[in-house]
Amino acid sequence: MPTDVNFGLATLSDQLILATVLLYVLAMIGYALDLGFGRVQAAAPARELVTAGGGTPVAEAGDVQTPGARADGSGTGADDAVGVPPAVRQPPAWAARAATIAVALSSLGWATNLGALIARGVSAGRWPWGNMYEFVVAICFAAVTAFLVMQARQPVRFLGAFVSVAAALGLGFAVRYLHVQAGPVVPALNSYWIAIHVTAAIFASGLFIVAGVAGILFLTRGDGPSRLPGREELERVAHRAIVIAFPIWTFAVIAGALWADKAWGRYWGWDPKEVWAFITWVAYAAYLHARATAGWRGRAAVIVQLIAFGCLLFNLIGVNIFLSGLHSYAQVP
Amino acid sequence: MTLTDEVRADPVRPAGFGPMGWLRWAWRLLTSMRTALILLFLFALASVPGSLYPQRSISPEKVAQYFKDSPGLAAWLDRLWLFDVFTSPWFAATYLLLFISLAGCVIPRANAHLRELRRTPPAAPRNLSRLPQHATFAAPGATVEVLAARLRKKRFRVVTGPGWVAAEKGYLRETGNLLFHGALLALLVAVAAGGLYGYRGNVLLVEGNGFANTVAAYDRYIPGQRVPAESLEPFSFTLEDFQATYVATGERRGQPLDFSARLKVADRPGAPERPYDLRVNEPLDVDGTQTYLIGHGYAPTFKILDGKGQVAFEGAVPCLTADQATYTSECVIKAPDAEPDQLGFLVRFLPTTVRAQDGSYLSVFPGAANPTAQVFAFSGDLGLRSGKPQSVYQLDTKNLKPLVMGVNTKPLGVGETLPLPGGAGSIQLTGVREWISLQIAYDPGRVPALLAAGLSVLGLVLSLTVRRRRIWVRLKEGQDGAPAEVEVGGLTRTEGGAGFTEEFSQIVTALRGPEAGETASRQGVKDAH
Ligand code: HEM
Repeated sequence: MPTDVNFGLATLSDQLILATVLLYVLAMIGYALDLGFGRVQAAAPARELVTAGGGTPVAEAGDVQTPGARADGSGTGADDAVGVPPAVRQPPAWAARAATIAVALSSLGWATNLGALIARGVSAGRWPWGNMYEFVVAICFAAVTAFLVMQARQPVRFLGAFVSVAAALGLGFAVRYLHVQAGPVVPALNSYWIAIHVTAAIFASGLFIVAGVAGILFLTRGDGPSRLPGREELERVAHRAIVIAFPIWTFAVIAGALWADKAWGRYWGWDPKEVWAFITWVAYAAYLHARATAGWRGRAAVIVQLIAFGCLLFNLIGVNIFLSGLHSYAQVP
Repeated sequence: MTLTDEVRADPVRPAGFGPMGWLRWAWRLLTSMRTALILLFLFALASVPGSLYPQRSISPEKVAQYFKDSPGLAAWLDRLWLFDVFTSPWFAATYLLLFISLAGCVIPRANAHLRELRRTPPAAPRNLSRLPQHATFAAPGATVEVLAARLRKKRFRVVTGPGWVAAEKGYLRETGNLLFHGALLALLVAVAAGGLYGYRGNVLLVEGNGFANTVAAYDRYIPGQRVPAESLEPFSFTLEDFQATYVATGERRGQPLDFSARLKVADRPGAPERPYDLRVNEPLDVDGTQTYLIGHGYAPTFKILDGKGQVAFEGAVPCLTADQATYTSECVIKAPDAEPDQLGFLVRFLPTTVRAQDGSYLSVFPGAANPTAQVFAFSGDLGLRSGKPQSVYQLDTKNLKPLVMGVNTKPLGVGETLPLPGGAGSIQLTGVREWISLQIAYDPGRVPALLAAGLSVLGLVLSLTVRRRRIWVRLKEGQDGAPAEVEVGGLTRTEGGAGFTEEFSQIVTALRGPEAGETASRQGVKDAH
């Protein structure tokens, strides 16, 4: 069990986080400029792009041959602002560049975020998600990862401004209120299960955040014309993220139970974190079910989704700070 | 959820039905998918108070505190079982209803699905161009057999008729859906079985002492309703040594790093002893009975002489940890055999003692670097003969005469003796040992519960990712030697049908066969979106 902390690396990690916040804020500005002045990305033909660019696992098969996909041309977000047939109103040239720069900035921020996590992990000689500060940093990383991957395959760049803002706020909150010095973890966390259980929770949470952002946009955007894509499209983005996140979340909870069976002497004991992990699970299950079987669409489905997202956030913030239990490893300062 | 699912109509209230009609209506209502969903929601909602109010099963001391702080409110909360949410009748009612609802929903659906699996895909509808996906292409020399073979190669289930092919795939979706719901049922059963046929208990064990797994050896023993006392796995072990390691310097000084208890385990009476290193994430497993290390503390050893010079007490005294950061501990020693007067002691054990500026002594580190004991001694009737049960961790000093009370006098180091005033005897700190607290649990439901959980995830992934789709192909003979024309229609009703456009075009390409050029294949696809 390593006890020595490499403080040089720990400090580097802290500085990288500050750089990441800065980069996300700058990226946010770029995305916002693109959204405000650039080509309206998800105009009528783009609706079909989405259907063609299919992200559901079944449709993963290689060469795409539908007409919609051909119109998409590049599909790689970064450069599809160039070489596209002119929209109704020609956007200023700098707006197109803003989008490219924004993607570059958030990719750079993603890299520094990753660097911060690695430096933190190496400095303490363990997985870098052993307390709430590290956990929130990792979730922000996961949310940006989810967004970058999605925008490389589908025209969802409009989410950029909002995901960047969420990530920058999350990191800022972590730095300001949650930061603790890098160090070793308590014996209960000293297990390979942390790599399985917490990693799964992180990636599921990152995807849920992207879905949550899309859901909030759905509610704030009216039905009228807007620079944002249509409500249907917003809902589809959210649904897609949740379809991927939900099995990962399920896995995280089951892995938690397996770990609890090793660490706490029972696999399920209605500890507050367990209760809320379960509630979150049920809420997202209800969302998927409502869409699949009851055919819920639009506002009702989005509200269920946001309730589930609220449960997720409560589990992260409320349970760690206000309720104590076995799961109190968060070391909230 | 699938193409052929009869949508279950809302159970309409039966007008003027007899009692059987009402029962049938209630059963329909209870077993409808929607009710199952609502019950699952209620189940989640019912668990919320369990996370907001302290629970007896988890932290009884907090419940006691609640009663002390606001007795009126606590009494009401207690009447509503809010301190025992997870064993309350209303919680049980929600999950029993959920259980029945799931069972009533899954079984008929499984039957329907089995029938569905044996059924062949329905014949092609008259007008394929009305379907959401539709394409036509010219195919010289195409036959029904060739087209059917090409669909089979794409793993479709295929039937053919004169001039048409009907194909379907994605049955795994409903299979997954049923697997998921069935596995949830199995999970509930496994959890319940674990509660009925399992047991758990706690013991506190001081270094050097042993434990044999019998009901009498437990400090607290909670059996399920169906556990006979003789059925406990007959293993035993001795605690040879316990080691706790802490961070020694820096901001996190005192944070625990590692706990390790060296045990000598005999799996059965008479079996050879084997060493086992018990750690936090590494419970001892003897044939499914798990022993967990869940806590530790100090048990200083004392030797007490009474007023007559006889040994009134000798041995280890497990202390309660009063402060987790420094392991300042509080101990009680009762020496009822002391003469002429019984002796009682309250001891503050300080593992790493330093003298503070104000002259008091305190512990600054959880490890035993400089252990001392502050002794408060009393004499008189300890009240043990009254027959009222007493806690070994409490000393009622009301009727006792204080002998030694100095907070600021130098505490006893190891080996030091404190003579009691008035020739009442003496107390010596002879050494420091540690205790560990163990939880021993047998839960026969844990492996089945894991299997059920794993199957439910598998089912879930299948039902979320597999799409049920149908393809129909109709072959139109060309007139006067013109090439035959093939018409294809496709249908999916599943969520995520978006990606189907793409899959459909791939299917069409496959149907055209290898001889068709790529560019040609694109032209024929008419996207009906
Ligand atoms: C049935 C058992 C468990 C469930 C349902 C569960 C659930 C969760 C959930 C939902 C999260 C994610 C996020 C959040 O804070 O919102 C999480 C994070 C975490 N879990 Fe668990 N868990 C379980 C058992 C365990 C065990 C046994 C350990 C370790 C001994 C553990 C250690 C952690 C850690 C270190 C985190 C990172 C975030 C934090 O510090 O709060 N969990 N768990």
